[in-house]
Amino acid sequence: MSSTTLSLSRRIQLREATPYLFRKALLLWLSVGWFGALVLPWYQAYDGFWSFIWIEDGWPLDDEYSPGILQIFMQDRLWLLPLMICIGLPIICFGWKRDDPRLANFLMGCGGLGLCWILLQGFVIGLRGWNSEAFLLLLGSPGPSQEGMGYGALLVASCLLFLFTQGWSLRGGVQGDGFVTGAIGLNVLLVLLFIFYPVVKILFSALLNEEGALAPILFFQKLTSERIWQLNCFNTGLSCGVAWNSLYLAILVGITTTLLGLAFALLVTRTSIRGKQAYRAITLLPIITPPFVIGLAIILLFGRSGVVSSFLEWAFGIPPTRWIYGLPGIWFAQTMAFTPIAFLVLVGVVEGVSPSMEEAAQTLRANRWQTFQTVTWPLMRPGLANAFLLGFIESLADFGNPLVLGGNFEVLSTQIFFAIAGAQADQGMAAVLALVLLGFTLTAFWIQRRWLGQRSYVSVTGKGDAGIPVQLPKRVRTGITLVCVPFGFLSLTLYGMILFGGFVETWGYKHNFTFKHYLDAFAVSWSDKFGLMWEGTAWNSFWTTLQISAISAPLTAGLGLLTAWLLVRQRFAGKDVFEFITMLSFAIPGTIIGIGYILAFNVPPIEITGTGIILIVCFLFRNMPTGIRAGVAAMAQLDPSLDEASLTLGAPSSTTLRKILLPLLRPAMLAALVFSFVRAMTAISAVIFLVSADYDMATSYILGRVENGDYGLAIVYSSVLIIVMLIVIGGIQWVVGQRQLGRRGSSPISWSGNG
Amino acid sequence: MNNTVHTAVEFLKVTKAFGNVKAVRDVSFQIKSGELVTLLGPSGCGKTTTLRLIAGLEMASGGQIMIGGRDVTQLPATDRDVSMVFQSYALFPHMTVLQNVSYGLTMSRLSKNLVEEQALNGLKLVGLTGFEKRLPSELSGGQQQRVAVARALVLEPEVLLFDEPLSNLDAKLRRRVREEIRDLQQQLQLTVVYVTHDQEEALAVSDRIIVMQEAVIAQQGSPRELYESPKTRFVADFIGDANLVNGQLVSSEGEMGKLQLDELTIQLPHLNLPIGEVTVAVRPEAIMLDPRPEATGIPGTVHKAVYLGSHLEYEIKSAVGELFVIDPLGKEFIAEGHPVRLRIRERGVNLVHD
Repeated sequence: MSSTTLSLSRRIQLREATPYLFRKALLLWLSVGWFGALVLPWYQAYDGFWSFIWIEDGWPLDDEYSPGILQIFMQDRLWLLPLMICIGLPIICFGWKRDDPRLANFLMGCGGLGLCWILLQGFVIGLRGWNSEAFLLLLGSPGPSQEGMGYGALLVASCLLFLFTQGWSLRGGVQGDGFVTGAIGLNVLLVLLFIFYPVVKILFSALLNEEGALAPILFFQKLTSERIWQLNCFNTGLSCGVAWNSLYLAILVGITTTLLGLAFALLVTRTSIRGKQAYRAITLLPIITPPFVIGLAIILLFGRSGVVSSFLEWAFGIPPTRWIYGLPGIWFAQTMAFTPIAFLVLVGVVEGVSPSMEEAAQTLRANRWQTFQTVTWPLMRPGLANAFLLGFIESLADFGNPLVLGGNFEVLSTQIFFAIAGAQADQGMAAVLALVLLGFTLTAFWIQRRWLGQRSYVSVTGKGDAGIPVQLPKRVRTGITLVCVPFGFLSLTLYGMILFGGFVETWGYKHNFTFKHYLDAFAVSWSDKFGLMWEGTAWNSFWTTLQISAISAPLTAGLGLLTAWLLVRQRFAGKDVFEFITMLSFAIPGTIIGIGYILAFNVPPIEITGTGIILIVCFLFRNMPTGIRAGVAAMAQLDPSLDEASLTLGAPSSTTLRKILLPLLRPAMLAALVFSFVRAMTAISAVIFLVSADYDMATSYILGRVENGDYGLAIVYSSVLIIVMLIVIGGIQWVVGQRQLGRRGSSPISWSGNG
Repeated sequence: MNNTVHTAVEFLKVTKAFGNVKAVRDVSFQIKSGELVTLLGPSGCGKTTTLRLIAGLEMASGGQIMIGGRDVTQLPATDRDVSMVFQSYALFPHMTVLQNVSYGLTMSRLSKNLVEEQALNGLKLVGLTGFEKRLPSELSGGQQQRVAVARALVLEPEVLLFDEPLSNLDAKLRRRVREEIRDLQQQLQLTVVYVTHDQEEALAVSDRIIVMQEAVIAQQGSPRELYESPKTRFVADFIGDANLVNGQLVSSEGEMGKLQLDELTIQLPHLNLPIGEVTVAVRPEAIMLDPRPEATGIPGTVHKAVYLGSHLEYEIKSAVGELFVIDPLGKEFIAEGHPVRLRIRERGVNLVHD
């Protein structure tokens, strides 16, 4: 080994680098805040977020477009003054040293007080004066008024958040890492604002009467009303309360999806049946299908003019009835729709039962049936409970199928919608129903996490398990084959109905082949005068859907992965709570998010209903748990020493995330991207509350056609959506396949743990 | 690179708590520049936490940490002049060997030429010239380990940290790699903090060993001091083997005391222990067996005798309890059940605190 000639130049640079970076970041964020306060319009303009008309329409002196600083002095909006002080004062920090003990507390103080104040003034001073009765009484009515927050307020709030989190990191929070504290702060603020606040708003709305006064007795009456809880279906022929209906349906669906999912999982993993890949591929279909499409296909088969009903009438003279509308139809549709989810969970569970345990049982003289009964089955039980709860939650949250197939069978998710959109327009009732639904799903979610979380028997160890899974005993194999084959056939038939139904003129009446529906929806024409014309009625919502989904997908994947990184790799006080609230939105049904968003974001300070932004925000927070789980699963595979190595080599955590984790997480990132895109394309439950004339989404458009009985167009549109998503998924997989990452590289060095 | 000896790392009453559990409790020590210090102890003793506290991967709950004379207690890992070789090596699997070694240099904003020059220099030091374009997955375990060393080395840190660097290597390679690490450290006069749970490894590479037990330092000193004069029952038992028996401290005078062990009387440092019953650590190779009937010493019987090629191992039932004895070959083999007399060399006996 030769003697070293390493130079000492680096050490000098290292010692300079950090304070320099810190000041640069502080200056950057302060400038952002100042730009927001001094230049950009403080309030939201009517023309929308992306409209820049204000630049030539009276800005900066016009009341509507003035920046914050002018609002204070020209419009007497003195309550904005403290904010200006909070973002102005930190300039004195540049005179202090980085390790000055005053610095951390000072920054935290400015940021924290400013954030509280900006929220407080936003909620207290509304469009028509004081929002709070206390202020009305105390300070007289109507008081000052203001619009919803705009660009200026947004930038100032970001600046305040950064000041606070930077101060927190200087106090030694999260290993003193400013980037991590910033990410946590941003995350918490967003989750509080866009998940917590809407739900709390529902709660308040439920407590108020129509005049807006507090009415706990009315609330109690509504909450215990017969419409929700009556039990007439047991002793008389009348229907039960809507809560019991939902619960009953959810339990039925939970049971059937779990059993069917288990049958398929056993079929795929434990038998030597051919075409396993095809079974796995089929499970992809429901994910790319808008949730009500199965219901639609069922109507085409079993409805009054459906294929099967018509055949029965022709062959046996059985008159067609409306039996499919109601509990049987919804149960059937949801079973078809959610079985693949149970399958995906249970395949993991069945594969997780270590073959060596079964082999051990066999060497202890158990036969196949005894082995299954005494080892395999008990090991799978927690997984089964998990699958059941998932099916239960999905059924409660499902909106599309009950809407299409419900008939007189009322369930919570649709009743919430009708309470708002129907003739009654009873916001309070909708809120009460939403609370009941939320109570059910949160309970299920809580049970799933607290009870099952500790009881799963993980028998997959890191060590190679060389055993071969035991084949199923013959009677079980015959049984599940008899179940699975017809079910698979039915599934394919339903999808066939969707793909080919679009070419039939009118179901049940005129079965001739036609392109009429395709032309209605997707006609394109060319004229010399106007050029290309998107004539079909569906184009408008189609492009909006693509655009909104394409914008929200990368945001969702990004925020999801960032949150996953915080959860897996960072330690901070309150992490358990943080994890719970980020995953909570998974358990909040879309209908509730929808109604919560309407209640919360229809008025200042955050007024975004009727815009595209509310749709993007809604998808972002609805789909974030998916991104988080993808990220958590992928990151758990990566040795934490990789990040630590990067940190000790002098890379800040943001660089570590970018240069080390992101390249290694690329497959997970793409999966999250695809999934959030697809979920945004197919979502309906929350979306239906949030669409507007300018921003109509494909799913709500289709549902509108279904309600008008225009099945042809609805089917055509649905099949186009499915095909578009298949193309997108296929395209992305092809791209990823082209540059497959050398993952094998990580295996020999991904040891974990230390002394 | 450090011509004058100064304190590279200093811990002043450092505590690290995870919730209610204290992983490191009021630990103070100093590490001089150019010194290789090993943190040794069983798993869960706090040695890895201590290392990570130096690196800045854990933040101290209390106390003060100085590196190169500068208070770094609140400074995150990124900003500390420290680099680390991880147990799993933590090579970035998507980067080539050269990219891995260059990573820290690039982060220090050196010019591109300088980065490459330093990185190649580092690879030369560990004998991996020619492997620049390989991916970590294309290297053997030992080579991966050297890349990890080179990557940490090229930054010329104030202190270089090793977290159980040999634990993923097979037994034969271990001996060679630990010698290489020691050579490199001596040659470049590096300050190294080295964590291991293997006492033999610690004895072989260290200038000084800090033995940790249940979140505190049990004893520190040179390998020889620790082996020859352990202060506690734990250290005596952990470093090498020791028979722990009870004896009587009958008198003391100055530093030395008089120990009565059955028939034997031994002079040794009394460690300020009170007169009366004390715990005595006796090294197995310090016990001499005499099978002759006329011999004197503590009476006992051979309970078990094992032939191990280079030496013999005995289990003896004696008046002071069961004893484990190592006897270098050359003498005759004493059969099981045979009565013996035991004598003890003074250099292999120590009083220890419980």
